[in-house]
Amino acid sequence: MTTATFIPAARRVKELNFLNHDYSIHSWLMTKDHKRIAILYMVSITFFFIIGGVAAMLIRLELISPTNWLVASETYNKLFTMHGVIMVWFFLIPSIPAVLGNFLMPLMLGARDVAFPKLNMASWYLYVIGGVFTLVALLWGGVDTGWTFYTPLSSTFSNTHVVMVVVGVFIVGFSTIFTGLNFIVTTHSMRCPGMTWFRMPLFVWGIYATSVIQVLATPVLAMTLALVAIERIWRVGIFDPALGGDPLLFQHLFWFYSHPAVYIMILPGMAVESELITCFSRKEPFGYIFIAFSSVAIAILGFLVWAHHMFVAGISVYSGLVFSMLSMIVAVPSAIKVFNWTATLYKGSISLQTPMLYALGFIGLFTMGGLTGVMLATLGLDVHVHDTYFVIAHFHYIMVGGMVMTYMGGLHFWWPKITGRMYNEWWGKMSALTIFLGFNLTFFPQFILGYLGMPRRYPAYPPEFQFYNVLSSAGASILAVGYILPLVYLLLSLRYGKKAGKNPYRATGLEWTTTSPPPEHNFHSIPVITHEPYAYHLELREPPEEQPSD
Amino acid sequence: MTKPAYVEQQFEDIEQQTHAATLGMWVFLSTEILFFGVLFCSYMTCRTRWPDAFRHGSEDLFLWIGGINTAVLLTSSLFMALAVRSAARGDNRRVAIWLCITTAFGVAFLGIKGFEYAQDAKERLIPEYNFSTISTEDAGKPPSKQDPRPQQEQLFMVFYFIMTGFHALHMLAGVGVLLVLLIMTLRGRFSAEYHNPIEIAGLYWHFVDIVWVFLYPALYLLRQA
Repeated sequence: MTTATFIPAARRVKELNFLNHDYSIHSWLMTKDHKRIAILYMVSITFFFIIGGVAAMLIRLELISPTNWLVASETYNKLFTMHGVIMVWFFLIPSIPAVLGNFLMPLMLGARDVAFPKLNMASWYLYVIGGVFTLVALLWGGVDTGWTFYTPLSSTFSNTHVVMVVVGVFIVGFSTIFTGLNFIVTTHSMRCPGMTWFRMPLFVWGIYATSVIQVLATPVLAMTLALVAIERIWRVGIFDPALGGDPLLFQHLFWFYSHPAVYIMILPGMAVESELITCFSRKEPFGYIFIAFSSVAIAILGFLVWAHHMFVAGISVYSGLVFSMLSMIVAVPSAIKVFNWTATLYKGSISLQTPMLYALGFIGLFTMGGLTGVMLATLGLDVHVHDTYFVIAHFHYIMVGGMVMTYMGGLHFWWPKITGRMYNEWWGKMSALTIFLGFNLTFFPQFILGYLGMPRRYPAYPPEFQFYNVLSSAGASILAVGYILPLVYLLLSLRYGKKAGKNPYRATGLEWTTTSPPPEHNFHSIPVITHEPYAYHLELREPPEEQPSD
Repeated sequence: MTKPAYVEQQFEDIEQQTHAATLGMWVFLSTEILFFGVLFCSYMTCRTRWPDAFRHGSEDLFLWIGGINTAVLLTSSLFMALAVRSAARGDNRRVAIWLCITTAFGVAFLGIKGFEYAQDAKERLIPEYNFSTISTEDAGKPPSKQDPRPQQEQLFMVFYFIMTGFHALHMLAGVGVLLVLLIMTLRGRFSAEYHNPIEIAGLYWHFVDIVWVFLYPALYLLRQA
């Protein structure tokens, strides 16, 4: 009895935070706390990342040999479709916004929570329901249309489970919309006293711009996919030429969503990048306003470039010309960001810790992806490399080299804030380097393959392409090791990592002023902001924070 | 400082909550505009391609039923606006009355729409179910006297059912929201200080109304070129 009364007394001494105030399953599944929802998202997207990754590994394994040695062609179609669907809608789009965004937006703005906590919880449930539909379709036999669901293949000819996957994506679309809506309103109405628009961290600007795209583009996808489902179920439809409908209309509507969606997948990466570069250069960002407004400019221009996916689909020469030009213009704000980050590095006092390694890797890979994007925006070259591995390599440099690198970087950066524990720095650096090397080995050969004319979405290819394909598959296995490493050492850090303290990186930003992990309502008293963000130049005047002894 | 119970824990005061909730509804409505925008855009694209078939389709719709429904819906919006005004004054009895009337008009709209669908079925206008290029009226006449429908009129009817169908789903959701608000009003949850849910439900109701204001001319009124 004495021990039984003694233990609760010891617990009372322990500082309560959002993780340990209640351990019940109910308290997790019914949580309205943005920090817990972020963790729910983190676990779910990791699960989907693994499934999408396994599909990718099978694709690369098949492509080691020029013949169909591993899977049948139909299975191959299903593999790359599931890889695309899962990675785009169930990993990349929710990755930074729903995990880091959810965790950090209220903290960075000095708020107790997002504006609509119940909606936030609902969005996670929608994500899970959409995910279940997609997984059931996968187990039931998959879908073979490619993640783009082009009509009339998806609406008329495919004999796979298109409707179920489309319903899954439709539902997960509303999860995206609700997250975006929440962040827009949170940014407008939940800022703490003194937090003016230009005192917001650049992360908030990036997520805000992303949210605008999420809210305005996703409904277009939802309705378009609903029309595909209607066409499949009732055999009537708007994309059916037999009725007088137009298959090309589908492509317009799909890319009106899916090109902005590319920016849903990169703007949050840029948002994280701005935080990492400033912190590990110990400098305020070069051109804060330019970085902030380039995010908004990308969000707006991103809506005006969709038809560059359709240069060979039969659009007129004039619209091809206009969309080619607009696509090049969207590269300008992206370039502004890259220049500003590199200028921030200039004369900074740079420390190469794990998040910074990811951040520097991002600059290189994103620049490669961006520049090849400008190449693809030119009409003549696009006709040559359209639907080849050149395009595959280009968008993987943006999505994996850009978004996944920064997601990993951000995850490491805020890991001590989320969990209260430091990860192992040496293993962290190793994983960052492994991912960088593995990534380049995987995707650089694909640029060459594509330029030589290897089309995407084929399980077999002429034997002269085998050398580059083997290189790429070898890189994919290194990349896989790079992703498994953090999974192991981050989980181990929960138990063995040393306690992080409030601010292990001596970073600016409100999230670092509260305890790690933060208390349930983020701050013990609502903060008041009196100066600009990124006051790294002020830090010499302040005494360094004491590190906790254990 | 203690907050009133109707202010949720994440907000400082009722002003912040009202601002957030109202902005949230406007952002949601912008999503909805794009949602319906796909349909309007596709409809106009196809209409430009098959102007004659689509005009013929418009002429086959029941203009008078659509007209009555327009009147019903616009009137419902008037009562919704009255409910919002009474809510701002804290007059819960009137709020309940106006919400009842708004709901009744909403249900009437859905009923009339259902009746119209039944008439469309009688006219053999439902694609893939009973669409026929020969109207019921012409069926008894000799072929020389018939005025057959163009084949692409079926595409028009697809648009008609999808667009009015999605609109009806939104109406159904709106009626559900109004019923919840009605119960909350009867339980005395609202006051002059806290009536924002009624106001933002009003925004939604007017939005669904405005969608119809665009649907009606686009589908019914574009008759004569």
